Amino acid sequence: MSAPSDNLPVTASAMSARPAVLRHWPYFVGAAILVALSATMQFDGYIHNILMQATTFAIAVFGLSVVLGLCGQINLAQAAFFGIGAYAVGIGTSDYHLSYWLCLAGGCILSLLAGALLGASTLRLGGHYLAMVTISFQQIVTLVMINTIWLTHGPDGVPRIGRPDLFQSSQSYLAYCVGMLALVGYLVWRLADTRLGRAMRAVRDNELAAGVVGVDVFRTKVSAFALSAVLGGLAGGLFAGGFAYVSPDQFSFAESVVFLTMSLLGGVASPIGSAIGTGLLILIPEWLRFLKSVPGLYLAIYGLSVILIIRYMPDGIWGFVNLATTRWRAKARLLTARRALKLAPATVGGDIVLEVKGLAKYFGGLKAVDAVDIAVKRGSVHALIGPNGSGKTTTLNVLSGLYKATAGQILLDGTDITTMPPHQRTAAGLGRTFQNIRLFRSMTALENVEIGAERPGNSMIAAGGDAALTERAMEALTFVGLGSRANELITSFSYGHQRLIEIARALAANPTLLLLDEPAAGLNSTEKLELHELLKRIAAQGLTILIIDHDMTLVSEAAQHITVLNFGRRIADGESMAVLRHPDVVTAYLGSE
Amino acid sequence: MDLVLQLLFTGIGIGAVYALVALGFVLIFRATNVVNFAQGEFSMVAAYLMVVFVELGWPYWLSFLCALAGMALLGVIFNLGVYYPLRHRSFLPVIIATIGASILMANSVLAIYGPQPQVLQGWFETPGIQLGPVYLDSQYLLIIAVTVVLVIFNYWFFEKTMLGKKLQATSQDKEMASLLGISVSSMIMITFIYSAVLGGLAGILVAPVLFVSIQMGSTIALKAFAATIIGGFGDVAGAIIGGLALGVIETFGAAYVSVPYKDGFAFLVLVAFLIFRPQGIFGERVAEKA
Repeated sequence: MSAPSDNLPVTASAMSARPAVLRHWPYFVGAAILVALSATMQFDGYIHNILMQATTFAIAVFGLSVVLGLCGQINLAQAAFFGIGAYAVGIGTSDYHLSYWLCLAGGCILSLLAGALLGASTLRLGGHYLAMVTISFQQIVTLVMINTIWLTHGPDGVPRIGRPDLFQSSQSYLAYCVGMLALVGYLVWRLADTRLGRAMRAVRDNELAAGVVGVDVFRTKVSAFALSAVLGGLAGGLFAGGFAYVSPDQFSFAESVVFLTMSLLGGVASPIGSAIGTGLLILIPEWLRFLKSVPGLYLAIYGLSVILIIRYMPDGIWGFVNLATTRWRAKARLLTARRALKLAPATVGGDIVLEVKGLAKYFGGLKAVDAVDIAVKRGSVHALIGPNGSGKTTTLNVLSGLYKATAGQILLDGTDITTMPPHQRTAAGLGRTFQNIRLFRSMTALENVEIGAERPGNSMIAAGGDAALTERAMEALTFVGLGSRANELITSFSYGHQRLIEIARALAANPTLLLLDEPAAGLNSTEKLELHELLKRIAAQGLTILIIDHDMTLVSEAAQHITVLNFGRRIADGESMAVLRHPDVVTAYLGSE
Repeated sequence: MDLVLQLLFTGIGIGAVYALVALGFVLIFRATNVVNFAQGEFSMVAAYLMVVFVELGWPYWLSFLCALAGMALLGVIFNLGVYYPLRHRSFLPVIIATIGASILMANSVLAIYGPQPQVLQGWFETPGIQLGPVYLDSQYLLIIAVTVVLVIFNYWFFEKTMLGKKLQATSQDKEMASLLGISVSSMIMITFIYSAVLGGLAGILVAPVLFVSIQMGSTIALKAFAATIIGGFGDVAGAIIGGLALGVIETFGAAYVSVPYKDGFAFLVLVAFLIFRPQGIFGERVAEKA
């Protein structure tokens, strides 16, 4: 089995040959110019303060673009994390005379820990919990800032905050912050196309499918949340040094709302949007200073803007601009696969790839699956059939880890996977598709399949990096006949084609066993024939398949072995033709006389 | 011992307010699968309406009815302006919009009345009665009585009336309900009106005990949300038990541990529940169907 190695003629990925950092030289040149400008131009104090505020706020808003934009999780405590960073630098440098750098690092670590803890305790639950818990956390942090007077000076705030020796003057400190902004902006921008970034987007689009293709959903969410918190902390540390004074009211829930509004207004999905939103919401209030004379009016307008943006401009200004300019921008280059897809299912155990013993799943008193045994032979196509409500899909869901088995044991290629979460089963070699298609809908076909190919332990990409990943995904898409449309968004594909993309996503992972959940459902007769051909080509490469379907023609032609369920129990099992003639099976499907 | 009884009474009184707001949370959640983060602002707005009407010199009962009518109207506006246009979107945009609405309401009131907390008189002239060692504040008695009546009404309404059953059907399966000829959008409208009125009622009842301030909404909402998690998310009985429990815990915490951190206890209890028993006291964990 040959993983693509670096000495093959690289045509598809010529672009990736140079390190990304070199390819993005215009960004760094631009950033260097900005830093130079902020270091040399003379600003009056007022402009300087606005720039300082915009720079540090933008870094905090980048944090939101990670957690909310990439990962789809809400964080209403960004001002609290911002405050933790700011107080760490403030208290550390002014009361304890510690080094600025030490305090900045300490603030980042504190906010990272707080974010990770908060996320870890809540992210297993739905997003509502996260929203409310982050609000609660925000209020607790404010309470602590006001009430632990021995540490925080209470409502008086912390004065005389220090700066590093290197950046003592306001001007040089601003330049340093702009430099940090450019650096963080670059990292956040590139994050989207890294393994973690893809995992975050997968979780945002479809949490369930993300787990099944091998993404550790919980860890990804906690990472996104912690990352957002640490960016908040960093921004706060920079802010404290810039203004030399911090007080609790700068880090209240209202500020968290301001951060959220900035993020939503600019466009939550991209750091450019964050920068636009931050800039606008710092400048506009300065132009409309007269509004500040009425307390509350200001935030009332923010609240109204949030409602209006969500309703009329859900992707923010940058999303809107992006959409409007799509057709003028260069299309991503269409790559072609260099080889045909090769499936090389791992063989560790013996002759039986999947062994299910005494499997049961009860929902309260309902025995959806009860004492079911299945043995799937290596290299075979095995069908699981049964009338509606017989427990087929429940069985599949227990196999892939979406439901916990009530009893029984599942062995995949000799490994006991009974208690593993979905992503670990995928790592162990399980691949599956869904009856109701679950693709990552905001991404292209290629990206969907790439996430599949990224399965931990996929020997076909090994250490080949992004180029190997893209190549593998292109091979899989070409295999199902959609290679030429790789760069299109999922939403532009027909139902039948989406099904094929789901199969490609599973194949790219090079699984040991492929579970197909009613792949023919909703397909027309031509598409069914194509599907049948595809299954033959997959089976020809030696991949073991467990298929559920209602289409008896498909099942009887494709499968050598059939297991029949009825009312959650196995009523027949054996070679296809024999099973289909079994009197119990006939009765189950047609009823008895 | 006397102190314990006294604290218990106060705790149940304040807990009853959380329970009422929590009930509003749960009803909207069940009907729309969305947590309404502006639920607490309903209480705050109602309390301010009450202050305005009473200052105009209207009788207490008339002010009360008008404030509740105002809340019903606010429920309509809220549904049409915030929830309804987003009803086909995922939950994230909707909760962000309700957060926006909460900020809009709180700060509009701030812009109109300014930051000074207002005072609202209680319903009764007599401040309270001494019953053995325990002093029963009349407003707390009223709160507890109204909560009991409302819980009974709620049970009767949802279990015994046709409208209540239609609302339940809508909350369980919107598609099926609409196929049975139930107008889903009017059911959701009724839910928002009912929740706004419930939230408003809680605000008016608690106003004489607390100050009427801009922050009262978010404080109450936070506690009520914690109450729904403690009780079991989406469970009506759970919301009430959770609210009462939280009121008692908080009152005892303030008396025996720390007053400035009184509002922090709700958060601690909330996090403890999230870690050790996220399904709450009554809840049952349900897996998403693949």
